[in-house]
Amino acid sequence: MKKTISIITLGILSIASIGAVMSSSEWSEREDEERDEKEHESDDHEDGLFRAAWLKSQEDVRPVENETYQRECGGCHFAYQPGLLPGQDWESIMDSLLEHYGDDASLDELQATEIRSYLLDNAANRASLSRSRAFSAGSDAGDGLPRITTTRYFRREHSEIPSRIVRGNAQVGNFSNCQACHRTADAGIYNEHQVVIPGVGKWDD
Amino acid sequence: MKMKITFGIAGLVATSMAYGSAVHLIESYRNTGAGPFSPDAGRSGWLHEHQSSSVVDTRSCASCHGTDLTQPGRHVKTGKPIEPMALSVNPARLTDPKKAEKWFRRNCRWTLGRECTPQEKGNFIQFMTSQ
Repeated sequence: MKKTISIITLGILSIASIGAVMSSSEWSEREDEERDEKEHESDDHEDGLFRAAWLKSQEDVRPVENETYQRECGGCHFAYQPGLLPGQDWESIMDSLLEHYGDDASLDELQATEIRSYLLDNAANRASLSRSRAFSAGSDAGDGLPRITTTRYFRREHSEIPSRIVRGNAQVGNFSNCQACHRTADAGIYNEHQVVIPGVGKWDD
Repeated sequence: MKMKITFGIAGLVATSMAYGSAVHLIESYRNTGAGPFSPDAGRSGWLHEHQSSSVVDTRSCASCHGTDLTQPGRHVKTGKPIEPMALSVNPARLTDPKKAEKWFRRNCRWTLGRECTPQEKGNFIQFMTSQ
């Protein structure tokens, strides 16, 4: 009888100890996972920093930095960076907001003043980035309204793009819809390696 | 459960805030002598096709905002998505009276070729709140 009890006791003890070993290994696994997560977090952080630095190095024009401009102008269309037109063209756009390419884009005086000076301070003719400076020549549209899409530099850069994959493409619609194909346009990155034309694919020649 | 209640209250507060601002706007139109306002009149104004003087096309609020206010719209020219106008799905609408008036001014000029009257604006707001 005594022997039976001690065997049972031994059995229970050994099961308990296996349990203890298991739970301690589970614990250490969890610790490992937590450590891994922490390492991933710092990886993500580094990735984020790396990406930010990479984006900055790729900039063709300076990204939009003025909130009023982003909100008021970006409310209806892509907020074109000031470095995509020379100051004199921005001046004529700001002078004709009531007839803004067929739309009423009127602003109150305070906002108009702020946006005008932001555009002029950062216009293509004042830019340090060479691609942005290339837009300084301005546009030569027939209707008197300046257009980024009619600048000589823009036309040269887009001369190989057939109209049917832009104007005839419902997902793009118009050459003025920059970010439809230049997926990084809002970061001021327009290089052709980043171009994906919806329904057509990468455009990298 | 507690969280659900908290969210519920937060939702109610947000919604009543949104409707509160709408009431504010309505009140300011009433002070000009306009009213009463109706969501049905708002709806027919919304869908009314206006002849455009400068370009050969017709324009209505629905050109950009669509006919179902609970759905997002799309700027007819630039293709930029526009958040839904119905307060039930987008309580942020009409919370800033200055912003609301700015867009009324711009969009009425484009659509109707003139600014909207307080009566018309009141009807539109009733329509937006009823959806």
